[in-house]
Amino acid sequence: MSAAVEEVVTEAPAVEAVPKRAMTLGTGTSLTVLALLVVAPLFVKNFIIFQMTMLLVYGLAVLALNILTGGSGQFSLGQSAFYAIGAYTSAILMEQYNVNYVLTLPVSGALCFAAGFLFGQPALRLSGVYLALATFALATAMPQLLKLNFLEPWTGGVQGLVVTKPDAPFGLPMSQDMWLYYFTLVITIAIYIASVNLLRSRSGRAFMAIRDNEIAASAMGIDVALYKTLAFGVSAGITGVAGSLGAIVVQFVAPDSYTITLAIALFLGMVVGGVGWLPGSIVGSAFIIFVPNIAESISKGLSGAVFGVLLFLVIFAVPHGARQVAIVCQQALAKYKRR
Amino acid sequence: MLSQKLRLAALATAVVFFTSGAALAQKKYDAGASDTEIKIGNIIPYSGPASAYGVIGKTEEAYFNKINAEGGINGRKIKFISYDDSYSPPKAVEQARKLVESDEVLLIFNSLGTPSNSAIQKYLNAKKVPQLFVATGASKWNDPKNFPWTMGWQPSYQSEAHIYAKYLLKEKPEGKIGVLYQNDDFGKDYLNGLKDGLADKSSMIVAEEGYETSEPSIDNHIVRLKASGADVFISVTTPKFAAQAIKRLAEIDWHPLHIVSNVSASVGGVLKPAGFENSQGILSSAYAKDGSDPQWDNDPGMKKFYAFLEKYYPEGDRLNASTVYGYGVAQTLVQVLKQCGDELTRENVMKQAASLNDFEPDTLLPGIKINTSPTDFAPIKQLQMMRFKGEKWELFGPIMSGQLNEQSSFQ
Repeated sequence: MSAAVEEVVTEAPAVEAVPKRAMTLGTGTSLTVLALLVVAPLFVKNFIIFQMTMLLVYGLAVLALNILTGGSGQFSLGQSAFYAIGAYTSAILMEQYNVNYVLTLPVSGALCFAAGFLFGQPALRLSGVYLALATFALATAMPQLLKLNFLEPWTGGVQGLVVTKPDAPFGLPMSQDMWLYYFTLVITIAIYIASVNLLRSRSGRAFMAIRDNEIAASAMGIDVALYKTLAFGVSAGITGVAGSLGAIVVQFVAPDSYTITLAIALFLGMVVGGVGWLPGSIVGSAFIIFVPNIAESISKGLSGAVFGVLLFLVIFAVPHGARQVAIVCQQALAKYKRR
Repeated sequence: MLSQKLRLAALATAVVFFTSGAALAQKKYDAGASDTEIKIGNIIPYSGPASAYGVIGKTEEAYFNKINAEGGINGRKIKFISYDDSYSPPKAVEQARKLVESDEVLLIFNSLGTPSNSAIQKYLNAKKVPQLFVATGASKWNDPKNFPWTMGWQPSYQSEAHIYAKYLLKEKPEGKIGVLYQNDDFGKDYLNGLKDGLADKSSMIVAEEGYETSEPSIDNHIVRLKASGADVFISVTTPKFAAQAIKRLAEIDWHPLHIVSNVSASVGGVLKPAGFENSQGILSSAYAKDGSDPQWDNDPGMKKFYAFLEKYYPEGDRLNASTVYGYGVAQTLVQVLKQCGDELTRENVMKQAASLNDFEPDTLLPGIKINTSPTDFAPIKQLQMMRFKGEKWELFGPIMSGQLNEQSSFQ
C-alpha cells in the first residue's frame, strides 16, 4: 500500500544524500581560502577586484539555490526573479529615497524572504519537474513585470536605473571597488556561516529529511509544508541580498539584466559546484563568470558552442562537480600523509 | 637697462612658450595610443538574444583591417578589441572595465544596445573615456552637458517618430492611428516620440499594442488594432515581426496607411519575405542606402562598399542592414581619428568628434550629412521619407530633420 502512495508523492531529485560533515570544508582549508580572498585584492587591478566581487555576489546566489535544492530537494529555475527583486529594492531605495546602501540589504532580504515564502505556498502542490516549470514561469514573467507602466516612476521602466557607487566610509584610503569587495566579502562570509549552521541545525535536518523522503519526514513529526516554504523563503532572501549587492557593484539595474539566462546560469553554477556542497558555490560562480570569457577567447562567433562543449566536458568528467574534485584531492592527500 | 632686461625676459618667455607649444603640437598620447598603434574597444552581443547584431562588430573589424592594409591612420594601425556581452548589462560593465583597465584602450566605440550603454555610461564618463558613436537610437545620448564623453550616431528613434508625426499631421490630420510596438526601450522611446510629435493631437492614436520579442506570433495584436477602427498602422517592430505584420495585414484584408520603422525597412530582410505584392505603398524613412535596393548599384559610394565586402568581408551579406551600418559608423570613427592628427588624447578625440563638419560616409543617402558641435552630440539628425513601389523604395519629399522641438521628453 505504502509503496503505491509513495510512487505518487515523492519526487525524484537527482540529489545524493550528503553527510553533514561533508557539507563544508575542513578548518585548515577554509582559513586558507579566506586568507586568499582577503589578501588577493591588494595585489591586483581594480578590474580584477570588480570581477572578484561579482564572483562573491554570484557565489551567494548559487549558495542560496544550493540550500533550496541541495538542502530541501526542491528545484528552482526562478532565482533570477528574486535576484531582480533584491536588485530593484536596493536601487529604488538608494536612488529614489536616498536610503544608505547598507540599510537596503536587510530590506531586500526581508522582502525576498516574504516573496519566496509566499511563492512557496502554491509550489507545495508541485514537485520535481513541475516545480521547476512553475519557477521557470516566475523567471520569464519578472522582466515583463518590471517594465509595467504603472511601476515606471520607480523602476525607470525599460531604461532601468543607474545606481551611485558608495565611497569607502570613515575616510578609509581604499578605492570604491576595493571597499565594495571587502563589504561583499564580510556579508558573504556571514551568510555562509549562517547557512552552514542552518543546515546543521534542527531546521536543516528537517530540510534534508524532506529531501530524502517526505513521508518518512512527516511520520517523524516534521511539518513538511512549513519547512518546504521556509526553505524557499530562506533561499529567496539570500538571493535577494545577492541581487542588492550585484546592483550596487554593477551600478545599474534594468529588466534585461535579470532574464531567464541568469536563472539558468545560477542553476548551472550549482550543478558545477556540486549539489548540496556549500563551498562549491564559489567554484560554480567562478565557472559561470570566467568560462564564458574563456569560450569567447577561443572563438568569438562560436562562443556559445564552445561554452557548451566545456560544460559538457565538466559534467562528463566530474558529474558531481567541484565536490567530487575536492573528495579526490582529499583522498590523495590522506594517502600521501599515511606514507 | 631695465627695458633691456625686460625685453630679454620677454624673449625668454616667448622662447619657452613657443617651444612648449611646438612640443604640444608634436605628439601627445593617452593610454591606448602610440606611434604605431591605436587601441579601440568595442562591446557587441555576439551571443544571446541579440546576436544578429554581431555582424556589426565583424563588419567594423573588417573595415579596420582594410584601413590597416592601406597603411593605417597617419601611419598608425588600428587594433580593434571587440568583446561579447550577450546583451546583458552586468556583462557589459565587466567588459567595459576590462577594455579600459586591462586592455587600456583609447576609447570605446559603437557599443551596442540601450541597456548595455546605460550601464557603462556613468563609469566611462567618470573615467573620462570616450564612449563614441553608441549603437542605439535612444535619444538620451545627445546630452553633452551631463555626459560629455558619450555620443550617439544614428538618428534617434524619437526624431524618426517626429518625422512620421509631422507627415501624418499634414497628410492625414483626421487619421486614427493604431500602433504596434515592441515592449522594450526601442518601442517605448518611439511611442513617446510619436506622442511628442503629435503634441496636442496625440488623441489621434486610438490603439496601442505592445508585444514581447518572445511571442511567436503577433496576429492577435493586429486583429485588435484592426478592430479599433484605425486607418493608420504604425509598425514599431524589428524585422521578423515587421514581416509578419505585413503578411497578416494582407491576409485579413486590412489596408490602412502603413508606416514601418526604419529598423525594419530592409528590402531583402523584411519586404521580400513578406511578399512584394503585400508591401506596395508602405511608408518609411531612411538615412542610409539599402544594400538590397538595386537603385544604388551604380552609386559610387555603394560601389566602394560592395568592393570592401568582396575583398575584406566576403562572408558578409550585402542585403543585411547591419553591414551597411557597421561600414558607415566605422568610416566616421576613422574620420575622427584622422582629424586628431598626432594628438591622440581622449580629450582631443571628443573634441574632434564634436567638430565633424558635413562629413558624408559612403553609405548615407545623398544629402544627409554628419554635423556635430560641442553642444550637439547627435551626428545624424536627418531622414528622408520613402514609399515602397514595385521592388524598391522611392524616396520622396525633402530631407527632414526630426528636431521638431528641442525640448524632448528626456530633458
